[in-house]
This record gives sequence, C-alpha cells and structure tokens, in this order.
Amino acid sequence: MIELANITKTYRMGEVDITVLSDVSLKVRQGELIAIMGPSGSGKSTLMNIIGCLDRPTSGVYRFEQREISTLSDDELASVRNVKIGFVFQTFNLLPRFSALKNVEVPLIYSGVPARVRRERAIPLLEQVGLSERMHHKPTELSGGQQQRVAIARALVNHPPLLLADEPTGNLDSRSGEEILKILTGLNKQGVTIIIVTHDPGVAALCKRNIHLKDGQIVGDQVTA
Amino acid sequence: MNFLETFRVSFEAILSNKVRSGLTMLGVIIGVMAVILLVSIGEGARVYITKELTGLGTNLLIIQPGKTSTSGGFHPPSAGTVRKLTYDDAQALKRRAWLLTDAVPLVFGTGRIKFGNLGRDTMIIGTTPEFQRVRNLYVDTGSFISQGDVDSKAKIVVLGTKVKEELFGDQNALGKVVMLSDARYRVVGVMRKKGTSLGMDIDDVVYVPVTSGQELFDTDALFEIIASTPRAEDTDRAIAQIKDILMKRHAHKEDFTLQTQGAMLDTMNTILGVLTAVLGGIAGISLLVGGIGIMNIMLVSVRERTREIGIRKALGARNKDIMAQFMIEAMTLSGAGGIIGILIGVGLALIIPVFIDVLPTSVSAWSILMAFTFSAAVGVFFGVYPARKAALQDPIQALRYE
Repeated sequence: MIELANITKTYRMGEVDITVLSDVSLKVRQGELIAIMGPSGSGKSTLMNIIGCLDRPTSGVYRFEQREISTLSDDELASVRNVKIGFVFQTFNLLPRFSALKNVEVPLIYSGVPARVRRERAIPLLEQVGLSERMHHKPTELSGGQQQRVAIARALVNHPPLLLADEPTGNLDSRSGEEILKILTGLNKQGVTIIIVTHDPGVAALCKRNIHLKDGQIVGDQVTA
Repeated sequence: MNFLETFRVSFEAILSNKVRSGLTMLGVIIGVMAVILLVSIGEGARVYITKELTGLGTNLLIIQPGKTSTSGGFHPPSAGTVRKLTYDDAQALKRRAWLLTDAVPLVFGTGRIKFGNLGRDTMIIGTTPEFQRVRNLYVDTGSFISQGDVDSKAKIVVLGTKVKEELFGDQNALGKVVMLSDARYRVVGVMRKKGTSLGMDIDDVVYVPVTSGQELFDTDALFEIIASTPRAEDTDRAIAQIKDILMKRHAHKEDFTLQTQGAMLDTMNTILGVLTAVLGGIAGISLLVGGIGIMNIMLVSVRERTREIGIRKALGARNKDIMAQFMIEAMTLSGAGGIIGILIGVGLALIIPVFIDVLPTSVSAWSILMAFTFSAAVGVFFGVYPARKAALQDPIQALRYE
C-alpha cells in the first residue's frame, strides 16, 4: 500500500543543513499494525509527516497506493489527506468552538458532502467509539479519553485506508489509553492499516511490526507474532 | 467545500469575538456613514440651489453693463468707462426682440424707509410691471407698479411682507405715505410672502417704479435687465437678438454681459459637484482607515487560529478553503459594517434637516450604492493579505503552534 524508497529530508537552519531522515526505505502492506519507535530527534515525526502527506521529502520516492506523492501540489496532497488518511494526534487537536459531532463532520465538509449526509455518517461513528450521549458537547466539556475518541471518529469518518496516530496515548491516563488502544486494534482487525508513533513499549508490544528509528535511519524492523 | 458552510464558519468566528468584531466594524460603519452623510449634504446643497435658481423664473437672461466674461458665473455690476445700460435699452429690447416675452429693467440698492417714528434699512428695487411675471413674485394686496407709474416717475412703493410687518404691524399699509430716502412715497401694494432664497430675505424688499428708483439712486443707468424667453430652445437665438439690438444702440461695441440662467446653474453645479466629491473623498479616507482596522484584526485572527488552520489542513482543507474562510470573515465584517453604516448615515441625513434647516440633505441612491460597494471592496482588499497568509501556512508548523 505504501512504499518509501530512499527518502531523505533535510531542513535548512541558518547556514547549516540538518538531515532529519536519511535514505529511509519502507514498505507497508494493507492491514498492518505498525509501531514506529525511537528517541526524540530520531526523525519519527518527520517520517510521520511525510507518510501523512503533510510534508514532502527532499529526495526519494513516496508511493501511496501506487501513486507518486512527492510531486503532487498542495491541493492534491490536501485531497489525499482528506480521503486516504486519518490523523490521531497526541494533543487531540479538536476544534474548540465546535461540538464533538461537528468536529467529526469536518473532513466531510472538505469532501463536499452535504450537511444531512455528514450527520448521518458522523453519528454512527461516535456511537462506535461510545460517545453517542456526548456528541453535542464541546471538547472542553469532555475528558481526555473522550476527546481522543472523538478524534478517532473524526479520523475514520471518510473511511480512509490508513490511520496515523502520533503518540495517541501520550496525554492520557493509563485506563483511557488502554481504551484508545483497544479501539485502534479493533479497527485494525476490520482491515484499517494503522501506524502508531510511540515512546511506550507497552503500546509497541500490541503492534505486529515494530520499526526503530535512530538519527534519521531505520535501525530495526521486526515483525512479532 | 460549499459556500454556505464556509459562511457559517466565518460567522461563528465573528460571533465568538463580539466586542472585537464590533469595534472592527465600527471603523467601517463610521467610514460608510461619513461618506453617505457628507455626500448627502453636498447633494442637498446642489438640489437646494438648483431649486432656488429655477424658482426665480425660467429661461432668464440677465444683461449687465460691462464686458466681463463670456462664461457664466456671478459678476459684480461694473461701472466706469463702459456705456451704461439705459431704460431706453430695455424698452428697445421689449419692442424689437420678438423672441423675448419680457425685458425688465432693474435698479437696486439699499435705503432707509421710515413710517412715523419707525425706520428700517431695506433693499429697494426699481423695476417695471413685468417684474412680477419674470421673477415669479406677485403682489398680495393692493396693486403692483403699473406702466403709468413708470412713465410718470410716480412716487409709489410696493412693500415686501417683512417691511410691511415691521413698519405697520397689523395695520393697513395701503394708501399710507412713507419716507424713502427722504422722499415721500405712497404705499400701493404689499407683496405675497415668499421667505428666504439663497440667503436673501425676499420679503425684506420694497419695489418702486424703475424711473423713480433711478432718481432715488441718482443715476440714469440700469444695474441690469432681466429678459425671459418662453422656450429654452430659443435661448441661443434670443441671445443673438439681444446682442444685435444692444450693439446697434451701443456704437457696435459689445459692452455688456449676457448671462443665462442655465450657465449660472452649470457653474453652481460644477462648484457643488467638486464640493461633494471633496467631502466624499475625505469620508472615503475614513473608510480606508476602517479597512486597515479590518486587516489588523484579521491578522490577529489568523495568528490566533494558526492551530485551527493546521488542523483543518491536516483534515483535508485546501489552501483555497482556508483562504475563503478568512476572506468571507473579512467581507462579512466590512459588509455588515457597510449596511449598518448605510442605515445610520441615511438616518442622520434624514434627521439633520429637521433640526438644522440651513443644512438641506439629499440621499441619493448612487451614494448608498457607492458607499456599500466601496466598503465591500475594502473588505476584499484588506482581507486578501491576511487570508493569503492563513492559506499559505505550513500545516506542520501550524499544528505545532501553541
């Protein structure tokens, strides 16, 4: 499904170029559940941003479902993010002025789905993550775990084949974190490809494949049973 | 992304910051209000003066001694080396210029009128019976000056209502004898009340036969001749006729000035048009300042919502979706400000003349349209930069923004 070949990313900081990713090659198949691990500054986030089409590699080839991504325009990338990728962030990143329901509808707004259909599609997802009673609450009225569940519902609303989670349990207490992980592994069983960036070995242990990054390079790629 | 949704999002953003949005709008409100109000005042002055000038009578030609200029405008009656206009000139025009219905000779000046122990300085106009018709001013009680009075230099006077009231109060003035610059004049009529026009109290005037007036002012010349033509199309030919007749009488020299009412109107309209444009321009500057206020607040808004922009982009918003969101926000601010400004401006323009009667206003559709278009344009113009700034945010940077 995803193929990264010799991806390099350098940032220019003043006079010096900083290489954040160097020569990373990676293949992800449909239905995988992957944990990307590594210390701070290892390039996890940058790799995540490139996979998530939020950023373009400096060099190398990135194919998403056989489609070359690195040459797409901003708007084409936006459309890929909208339809193909769901994002779950460490800090949830819900829109504070909107209700949970409205937050879940946002990706559909940008797909041009009419308001009535948006509701019809958002409500079952909120039910699925167990928030049917709180869907008219604003994010500030929800607990962290609930906010993250709204974020997962939002990530799924366009039925993307790929879900990217950046430290999804990082800001949660352990019980809420477990619930979130249960939802994610459940989704994976339904066939959604999931990539989780995490520090937490416990989270990584739940994933079938663990990729270790260090200094911008893949230093380990094990598939566990 | 559909327009309605974008509009809703922008509207919610505006409502979530009511005080700030209100103050931002205030800049535009004041600007639009000022444009409408000042243009209304300028227009009002123009309408007022046009009405007053045409109210003097239609298709008037004013002949004054001395060659000043060929274009319209006001000229002081010049005296000096030029040949004077005489009563005979007026008579000649009346007899021979068949395109003219009237040629009314005029002398005027100020003098003291006394009755009993009451006295008043007033304007004295010496003229002929046709004056009534030409200037649209008619006698109310008694009679106006007759041709016989003119021919015999009769010492009779017709009073304006103001003069009558001041000297006689409620008494009957007809037949009374008044002193006009130390000569005895008998009152034969009182004019109909007319009010002020162009700053002159038309009722504070007395009329005497033109010949008596010449004696009163010790002159054998006329200050001007007012001629009238029945049809506007005949004006040019009438001018030619007047010139022809007068030049034959003045040794073939064009030593007089002919002004048409149309030329005077044109001049006034030009002056007031410039005035209106200047007023509108000054008001436009305040509208511009209002626009800068919008840009300022939009930049703050973009900065505050950097993270929101990042989230929306991650979820699939294209640059133009973000751009549209902030553009609509800016345009809603300026558009709503524009509408409120129009309402207040029109309201004030309608109320002001009620309280200040020297400030006539005229609300014109074009000034409303212009003010609104301009305010919407201000929204677009000053919205583009902040909206572009928002649209071109790097999603990763925006998501990290705290």
